Amino acid sequence: MTLTIIGALPLFGALLIALLGNSQKENIKKLALLTTALTFAATVVAALNFEIDRPGFQFVEKYSWIPPLGVNFQVGVDGISLILILLSTILVPVVILAGWNESEGGRFSVKTFYILMLVLETMMIGVFAATDVFLFYIFFEAMLVPVYFLIGGYGSGARQAAAVKFLLYSLFGGLLMLASIIGLYVISSNQIGRTFDIEALQTLKIDSLTENLLFLGFFIAFAIKAPLWPLHTWLPDAAKSATPGTSILLLGVLDKVGTFGMIRYGVELFPNASKTFTPLIITLAVISIIYGAILAIGQKDIESLIAFTSISHFGFITMGIFAMTTHGNSGATLYMLNHGFSTAALFMTAGWMISRRGSSTIADFGGLQRVTPILAWSFFIAGLSSLALPGLSSFVSEFLVLVGTYTRYPVAAIIGTIGIILAALYILIPVQKALHGPTTPGNENLPDLNKREIIAIAPIIALIIGLGFYPKPALDVINPAAKATITKAGFTDPAPVVKGGDK
Amino acid sequence: MGFNSPSLEYSALAPMLVIFGAGIIAVLVEAFVSAKLRPSLQLALSIGAVILAFAQVIRLRGTETVTVADNSVIIDGPVLFMQGTILVFALLGLFLIADFEQFAAQASAVPGSQEERTAIQTGKMQTEIYPLTLFAVGGMMLFPAASDLITLFVALEVLSLPLYLMAGLARRRRLLSQEAALKYFLLGAYSSAFFLFGAAFLYGYAGTVQLSGIASAISGGAGNDVFFLIGIAALSVGLLFKVGAVPFHAWTPDVYQGAPTAVTAFMAAATKVAAFGAALRIFYTALAGAEWSWKPLITSVAILTMIVGSIIALAQRDVKRMLAYSSIAHAGFLLTGILALNKSGLAASLFYLAIYGLTTLGAFALVSLVQDSAGEVADLNRWVGLAKRSPLIATFFALFLLSFAGIPLTSGFIGKFTIFSAAYESGNTGVVVVGVLSSAVAAFFYIRVIVMMFFTDPEEDTVTVTIPPQFTSTVIWIAALTTLAFGVFPTPLLDAIASLSTFVR
Repeated sequence: MTLTIIGALPLFGALLIALLGNSQKENIKKLALLTTALTFAATVVAALNFEIDRPGFQFVEKYSWIPPLGVNFQVGVDGISLILILLSTILVPVVILAGWNESEGGRFSVKTFYILMLVLETMMIGVFAATDVFLFYIFFEAMLVPVYFLIGGYGSGARQAAAVKFLLYSLFGGLLMLASIIGLYVISSNQIGRTFDIEALQTLKIDSLTENLLFLGFFIAFAIKAPLWPLHTWLPDAAKSATPGTSILLLGVLDKVGTFGMIRYGVELFPNASKTFTPLIITLAVISIIYGAILAIGQKDIESLIAFTSISHFGFITMGIFAMTTHGNSGATLYMLNHGFSTAALFMTAGWMISRRGSSTIADFGGLQRVTPILAWSFFIAGLSSLALPGLSSFVSEFLVLVGTYTRYPVAAIIGTIGIILAALYILIPVQKALHGPTTPGNENLPDLNKREIIAIAPIIALIIGLGFYPKPALDVINPAAKATITKAGFTDPAPVVKGGDK
Repeated sequence: MGFNSPSLEYSALAPMLVIFGAGIIAVLVEAFVSAKLRPSLQLALSIGAVILAFAQVIRLRGTETVTVADNSVIIDGPVLFMQGTILVFALLGLFLIADFEQFAAQASAVPGSQEERTAIQTGKMQTEIYPLTLFAVGGMMLFPAASDLITLFVALEVLSLPLYLMAGLARRRRLLSQEAALKYFLLGAYSSAFFLFGAAFLYGYAGTVQLSGIASAISGGAGNDVFFLIGIAALSVGLLFKVGAVPFHAWTPDVYQGAPTAVTAFMAAATKVAAFGAALRIFYTALAGAEWSWKPLITSVAILTMIVGSIIALAQRDVKRMLAYSSIAHAGFLLTGILALNKSGLAASLFYLAIYGLTTLGAFALVSLVQDSAGEVADLNRWVGLAKRSPLIATFFALFLLSFAGIPLTSGFIGKFTIFSAAYESGNTGVVVVGVLSSAVAAFFYIRVIVMMFFTDPEEDTVTVTIPPQFTSTVIWIAALTTLAFGVFPTPLLDAIASLSTFVR
């Protein structure tokens, strides 16, 4: 019952909030914070009971749901999904605390904001925990609805257009995936009886043309979600228009559904097709890395900048997944976790800067280091984590991805490293412009972080530094799952070769 | 040669007999009862008849399949399910009709004439709509049950003629309504002629009008193939017209727009069941053996219907026209169920028809509530910001639209999933891919309406949402609850359909 309880907690909180009056804004916020904090605590307790060395899914639950279609309510976690659920459940309370007032002044009420947020959390947990493809699809699609209303209802600027663009892109991908799921369903009902059980589906024998097509259906959906160049155009708009909190969840968690899906429903489900498309996907990933980085350098708007850096980072993650090595794969999963933290920290600090200054243009800031030292330092550390400075968490994952890729695709890995250099540019330029130098007129009296904001960002900064020095706990959970993925895909890690060493 | 009077199995025919009987009584009521009593009496009579007929359907469920009325009617599992569905839609449709104040005071009065003004001033209410509805329902129930081409044709006319009249009964914009009715009638008559023409050629081919006879003629292989092909083509035209498939769809938007909204709701939901019911029976039983002769044709019609319906809907500025094109796109999805030609295809079609009809009834019921001083407002531009003024209405409408779009946790998703998987199972992969892609296009215009309602600020010239009358709000609630319930727990309905025997050949 563990996972169901964790997943149902936010939903329960949403129901309680629905019972409160519209005017009890503070109570609504506190209740939302309490619920999500409890959810996180429950997840941590569950994670402590996770047996690292046990293969396969744990905390498995299975209830019959729609027997005529062979659909089960079936959940379970392996190392990868556990890490992502932990990421989701920690980010939601942090987001609520950090953006205490961002629910106000939207199109809909404060109450609606938190109901949407909590419903979204349930769906995020569900999408990672589902081990039934049909159930996964339901969460995958239904998740779009709260996000759509969060962007369109509470964002800024051209929020409606951004929300619609997000929704249409995602629906298009989702429908392609639906076609593939229907294909899988029909093949499974011919071979092993109607089922959507992910482990059962891995045993299907699919001819190679069909497998390629089914894989593409899934992959395009995930590549839109992740997003991979050239399917990325919705992301900067959405990230720029959404509230910082929504952007954190969008980039930090929702986009991970794409990369998570590539592992669970791409590589594991269609190993041969994954193999066939690997060169293409690696190429796209490398393009994403470079393209995202170069465009990030050119951005004048701080939120678009973070969005483009994420496109670059998702390129790294995708490259790690399709390198088909244990290092690459566990690096990619760790990357998902770390990217969640560094993006959250960046968006939080950026959000505070924007709300204080009333502008999101980088050029409007300057000399924040002197005026608001805590804010500036937080932004700085988040930025350094984003550019993968050794000692901060992202370094470990980026290194693992590059090492894992190099053993099989040296050229891609070498081009990918250019992304690291560009990362220094896209982070250090805004850091220099916004934090250092003379204080831009009008910024002299900006207030520094208050207690609430410090409490919100402290755990994230702590995690960024902590996992940078000691990533072992996370890697211990991820590694067995990553190995299992590579084995399921039918790969073995290439043995390291030292050329001309032992003559 | 003497005539034997046909032996009628009254028990199996009871649902239809109840409806037709009530229809005839309603005509008598119309003639002999005072105008004051008529509205309530007619309503009670029609609702009573529909409920009684539904009880008969329930009684008959699970009984042996029977061929009745001298082999002209078959009562089997799918037919009973469709009759039950049609009766439910009829009941909800009657609810809407009872609440609906937009019917012409006196249908026979010329628009704009003195006679019309007098009729409105004296507060006349026409009640002919009730017997007309009953006859249409009777015809709809007979259409999928007919087992020979003659009975099919008779049922087709019995269901169509009242609908032509009902389409012309709108109180406001009567010319538009009458134009719609005339268009519907002319095109309908034309397609009926095609149908009859096809039936004649099939008779020439098989030497019988019995569907089973045609099936055995096909498996026998004897007969004139030219007659056969002409017969199939012409018969298909008649059926495709009724379901509103491209390129025989031209009437749909005009009629949906012009007809009184309550009538549109009933027609959109129930006619689809009847027409697809008959089409399913013909293609699954009589013509199944010759699938290679008609599959390419129906495949291209299905693809065309899905694409054209979805794309043209994008350009609509009128809610009712948009829903009309959406219904065309849905007709395309339903055609994939015919193409599947297997048991799951039949089951999926029945499920789809049931849930689509419920959602459609709910959607049109909502449309009838959005009004300004001059009556109903179907112009989408004036729906902007609806959520601000009546969040509940906007939320319900959004739910129906999401169901049309096939978003998970609504019944529309389960419908799409089952019907596409049936089509995929039978090897019609191409149709499934087109279906999925056109769903993506369709999602765009459904979402556009949601954006308008929720995210755009209302202009000054606003519409009001009338407080839903009792019956209408019942319909909306039923539609909303079933849309959600069959999206989350479709098992009972799926099981009920799966337990039905397939069509008897």
